[in-house]
Amino acid sequence: MRDTFPLLLGAFPFGLIYGAVAATSGLSLAAAMAMSAFVFAGSAQFVALGLVSAQTPVAIIVLTTFIVNLRHMLYSATLLPYLKELPQKWRIPLAFWLTDETFAVAVHRFQKTDSSRWKHWYQLGSSIAMYLNWQFWCFIGLVLGNRMPDASNWGLDVAMPVTFIGMIIPFVKTIPLAICVLTAGAASLLTLGMPYKLGIVASAFAGIAAGLMAERIAKKTKKALQA
Amino acid sequence: MTANEWLMIAGMTGVTFGIRYFLFALADRVRLAPWVEASLKFIPPAVLIAITLPAVLLPKGDWQVSFSNPYLVSAVVTTAAGILTRNLLATITVGLSAFFTYRFFL
Repeated sequence: MRDTFPLLLGAFPFGLIYGAVAATSGLSLAAAMAMSAFVFAGSAQFVALGLVSAQTPVAIIVLTTFIVNLRHMLYSATLLPYLKELPQKWRIPLAFWLTDETFAVAVHRFQKTDSSRWKHWYQLGSSIAMYLNWQFWCFIGLVLGNRMPDASNWGLDVAMPVTFIGMIIPFVKTIPLAICVLTAGAASLLTLGMPYKLGIVASAFAGIAAGLMAERIAKKTKKALQA
Repeated sequence: MTANEWLMIAGMTGVTFGIRYFLFALADRVRLAPWVEASLKFIPPAVLIAITLPAVLLPKGDWQVSFSNPYLVSAVVTTAAGILTRNLLATITVGLSAFFTYRFFL
């Protein structure tokens, strides 16, 4: 609980902003709340809001959600060795509540060398705290967002690009990642004409491919220099 | 809630839980191909930038590359704040304040 606390604090403005942005996106209050309750994936929810306000078809939103959340596969792959002895009734809730934050605290706990047999309880506690916290702040944000008259004209939609920029910057730590971001960004402007916002998916793939290639070239150059 | 909203939430719930549970469900030693594993870290920034850049340069659906576009101005300020502070909350606070201050004086 002590390790999760800063993350609870960190999540509260995002819950608030999510609620406020949702109120301007054209999504109904019930749908925005249901999304928090059932999907429970902060960045995917934000992306979905952006797509809803751009009037994107449902199939593309679901496809984008899939791409945005693919990183959770890496988390579950990392946690798998620690959880594979547990019965399915444990694995299902732990999977449902697996987020970036919970992964970060849980993996630290699992990697500590003490032989506690209750480490999965630690992940469960962290998960539930994150979940309730997220629901609460989303709800407050939605209520506030809906109370404000003409909230859609206030320019609150700027919260989305601003939040995203803040989230992108810490990723850009290496040259391949910078190339990935530049490529995906350029591609997003070149693919504006594509229907159903498919340009976002195409641009993401272009960025990922460029990043992978850059990484490969970097590795080869390193080897060549060492040889 | 409209039928479309139900469909969207059901679909998003399905894929999100599917991704999180897939490996837990199999539980045997499933190994991702090395190139798949290497590509995972590129996914979040690639998707985020592909949504952000058009939203900033074409805020209302038309190109607006000028100082009269508060979305673009605040995006530049946000980027600078992000690089300087390395703190997400501070970055967002600066970005939002920049947007509303700039628009107020525009």
